[in-house]
Amino acid sequence: MTAVVLDSVSMSFNPGTNREVNALDGIDLSIAEGEFVSLIGPSGCGKSTLLRLVANLVEPTEGRILVNGTSAEQARRDHTYGMAFQQAGLFDWRSVRRNVELPLELAGWDRGRRRERAEEMLALVKLDDFAEHMPWQLSGGMQQRVAIARALATRPPLLLMDEPFGALDEMTREHMQAELLRIREATGSTIVFVTHSIPEAVYLSDRVVVMSPRPGRITRIVDIALTGDRDDDTREDQAFFAGITEVRESLRAVEGYHSHGGVDDR
Amino acid sequence: MWGVAFVAAWESLVRGFDLKPYFLPAPTAIWSAFTDNVGLVRAAAFVSGGNALVGLLLGIGLGVAASFALMRSNLLNELVSPLAIALNAIPIIVLVAVFQNMFTSTSEVPRRLMVMLIVFFIVLVNVAKGLRQVSPIHLELMRSYAATPRSVLVKTRIPNAVPYLFTAVKIAAPTAVITAFVSEYFGGRQNGLGYFIPSNFANSKNAVAWAYVIGACLLGLTFYLVSVLLENITSNRRGRAPGGANT
Repeated sequence: MTAVVLDSVSMSFNPGTNREVNALDGIDLSIAEGEFVSLIGPSGCGKSTLLRLVANLVEPTEGRILVNGTSAEQARRDHTYGMAFQQAGLFDWRSVRRNVELPLELAGWDRGRRRERAEEMLALVKLDDFAEHMPWQLSGGMQQRVAIARALATRPPLLLMDEPFGALDEMTREHMQAELLRIREATGSTIVFVTHSIPEAVYLSDRVVVMSPRPGRITRIVDIALTGDRDDDTREDQAFFAGITEVRESLRAVEGYHSHGGVDDR
Repeated sequence: MWGVAFVAAWESLVRGFDLKPYFLPAPTAIWSAFTDNVGLVRAAAFVSGGNALVGLLLGIGLGVAASFALMRSNLLNELVSPLAIALNAIPIIVLVAVFQNMFTSTSEVPRRLMVMLIVFFIVLVNVAKGLRQVSPIHLELMRSYAATPRSVLVKTRIPNAVPYLFTAVKIAAPTAVITAFVSEYFGGRQNGLGYFIPSNFANSKNAVAWAYVIGACLLGLTFYLVSVLLENITSNRRGRAPGGANT
């Protein structure tokens, strides 16, 4: 079964008015179960909008979206995806553990099972010692790990991530990338990942979807052929550099890449 | 430190220039008036404090209730919010004269109504803000969990508004005391600090009037400290408190 299918999806904001913005146009994309796909492109190319369409946070103007074999809306109601944003977005009046429990509360789990699962998820992101801390007592990277634990709490088959490491410093970021791959290994989740960073996309992904702005379109899909386990050595691998070059050249071909400069080369 | 220096300077000023008690009594004279009349001052403070407390609690209750109504209705919000802000520019304290006229002159109700009204708007503006100004990420998360409107209210909006409520109470508590004093000054029963301070000045019993001023300061301070204490209990756990708006 394919995890996500987008079938000629278009999305306009304020349709029919003079403030109409054509955010996405004729998007066809299918993502296999267990696949790691990154969306990359300059600012305004609609990559976040695309993710929010899959999450059913917004509705498409045209086209059809299937998530885990059902409509995007049904997938949202069934809690079959988890989501993480650039800001951790933790509830500052809840302890770390109770933040992770939140999606379980809304899915109707009882207290004992919630607690057990939350502790399991915090162990997965290596924060089991911080369960009773309050979010403000944690560093940015730790908060983001709590957000990932929260997104994974219901064990959704699909994880949607919108620049989750965008606000972190470079060292923390590389560490978090390695952690994410380890978590993916443990859970087998399909991951759709929006990023501005070419190396991040190449390091993490099976496929990198390159997008262009106004209207948002998919210009190219780059297959990343990294062999073996992805670890720190991968970052110095020839295939890694080849992947970066290929994504960068695809982005250069995108009209407006230079003038917008929305992609960084880190 | 500064307080001690100030009182010392005051004392020496009164003695050095031989200021007459009807102009400015010395701190020592005020203190002895205070200790001589401590029972009377306490009784008056209880009357004023009672007025302030009853009005404060009613105002908080009504303000919280109204802020929920405001959150649910955009129309209501657009009607009431500018009004609440415009009231800043109007000395609504004069309404106490209207209330005095409505009730018998032996009633405490007009003063309590006045306190309630002023507290009401402070609480309304702040709590409505807390209920509305929820982080967009929290709202998107709740949508991604397919949360019902009720869950969004209980798990997101209300907890978000709690520190706003405490901030409002911190602003409203001293204001309630001041409003009670001023309302008492406007007439009616002659039993509160707001009556005894001006009446003793009028009778040239300045030291006694100042003793009541001490009582008024202590009362205001008590209300403020209790509200700060309440606020600290929540904000310590959260690590921050939002800034509040004065009506």
